[in-house]
Amino acid sequence: MAIPEQVETPGDTAGGRVVRRHRLSTRLWHWTNVVAVFTLLMSGLMIFNAHPRLYWGHYGANYDTAWLQIGARDTDAGAEGYVRVGDAALRTTGVLGVWEKEGRTMTRAFPHWMTLPNYYSLADGRRYHFLGAWIFGVAGLLYMLWSIANRHVARDLLPTKRELRPRHIWRDIRDHARLRFPTGAAAARYNILQKLSYLAVLFVILPTIVLTGLGMSPFMNASWGWILDLFGGRQSARSVHFIAAFALVLFIIVHIAMVLLAGPVNEIRSMISGRFRLPEDKR
Amino acid sequence: MSVSRRGMMARGAALLGTGAALGGCQRILETGPVSDVVYSLDEFTRDAQRLVTDRRALAPEYALSQRSPVFRANGSRTVDTPEYRRMLANGFADYRVRIGGLVRRPLELSLRDLTNLPARTQVTKHDCVEGWSAIGAWTGTPLKLLLDMAGLDRTRARYILFRCADNYGDTPYYETIDMIEAFHPQTIMAWRMNGEMLPERHGAPLRLRVERQLGYKHAKFVTGIEAIADFANVAGGKGGYWEDSARYAWWAGI
Repeated sequence: MAIPEQVETPGDTAGGRVVRRHRLSTRLWHWTNVVAVFTLLMSGLMIFNAHPRLYWGHYGANYDTAWLQIGARDTDAGAEGYVRVGDAALRTTGVLGVWEKEGRTMTRAFPHWMTLPNYYSLADGRRYHFLGAWIFGVAGLLYMLWSIANRHVARDLLPTKRELRPRHIWRDIRDHARLRFPTGAAAARYNILQKLSYLAVLFVILPTIVLTGLGMSPFMNASWGWILDLFGGRQSARSVHFIAAFALVLFIIVHIAMVLLAGPVNEIRSMISGRFRLPEDKR
Repeated sequence: MSVSRRGMMARGAALLGTGAALGGCQRILETGPVSDVVYSLDEFTRDAQRLVTDRRALAPEYALSQRSPVFRANGSRTVDTPEYRRMLANGFADYRVRIGGLVRRPLELSLRDLTNLPARTQVTKHDCVEGWSAIGAWTGTPLKLLLDMAGLDRTRARYILFRCADNYGDTPYYETIDMIEAFHPQTIMAWRMNGEMLPERHGAPLRLRVERQLGYKHAKFVTGIEAIADFANVAGGKGGYWEDSARYAWWAGI
């Protein structure tokens, strides 16, 4: 891909100029993932609804101790939804455990508006999940290899020594907290918090999600037993799959918030066409 | 381009956008061609999994101390037919499993015949499609041994069909597996569980253990084992009770 990533001379990078920002591979992967990840998350919640309990170790079923459970219990005031983590329980009636669909009270963990399909079907949820998984897994692997080959990782994502200094990181955290975003040429590059979070997503969270997903497959367990050893059993893999998915949700929430704060039109355009207008210095 | 046409296009785009936002995702997945892809993915996943793995790889086996304290029973936990109640009452002395279909020597074996054959014991993990797992010890006759005894027609047989004594409403339970899983060394017809004769809730007197597949493949209360060329003409044609009635995938390796 011969897309010039950064602008050639510093003189050209004053605020207001339009530059090329994201490579085609990054843009393609981004929008593929929007579809695949939302399919995976929503169908994943449907699958979770079939057995809304999480365990550690090799086995885990209703008679065993679940570290997390979303459920419903009968009270004098009617059905009450709850989320229990360890010994701590939170009442969640209306959202989790007990919720309404078209005027009917339902007792499933995640409500219909969060799941795919929007009615209870483990079979369909699984089919959609595997469709999403194929797209997500193949695209993710290609992107990872492509990004190493075209030096996207080395040039744009790996932090420099200077950026890793605690003082630099601390200043970036303070700038983020004050919502002071880079202007001019600096806005065309990733800042250190962006770099670290993208690296964590690309090389930790996504591979963890894929591996723990494969670790739940009894057929893969036979040949790739090392996945079970790595995570400490199938039920641990299932728990880690769920935790990693929620880490990804957290990333998506922060990511969308940052896009909205930094200028959604300019940011979204740069992810579609690659054209990004460098923000002007406000002072 | 006329203004009205542009207006129409804008409305069309807005509608499309709203549709996509409001659960349109699901509607797209339910349309003909996409739905076909979703449903054929099953076989693609099976082929891909077999491509990157060893066909004879053994499912993990565990120590006796790693077993679940209580092994959850699922699916049919009891069989409410007079024949079954009668057989259960006299310890399955009258029980026979028929091995037939595409074989040269159809067999009828009693529970005693089965327990006198060479057996395999394995402590394995049972993974339910719902997400839970339980570990238990199983003893049974290797399916390959039974198929060899019956003189399996290896050129024509492509699947093994398990007929069961349990019914869902009026529909008898059944399952099918292909020959790779049927010949797998851990695929056994189990008659013993955790050191006792197989209890009713786990499929007495005989159930399938096909360790690289999800729980619904492990047919319980087995009364017939048939070698077949195709399952399109069996019951609903999808190869199993849950496959027919609830759209579960035939390939249950994931």
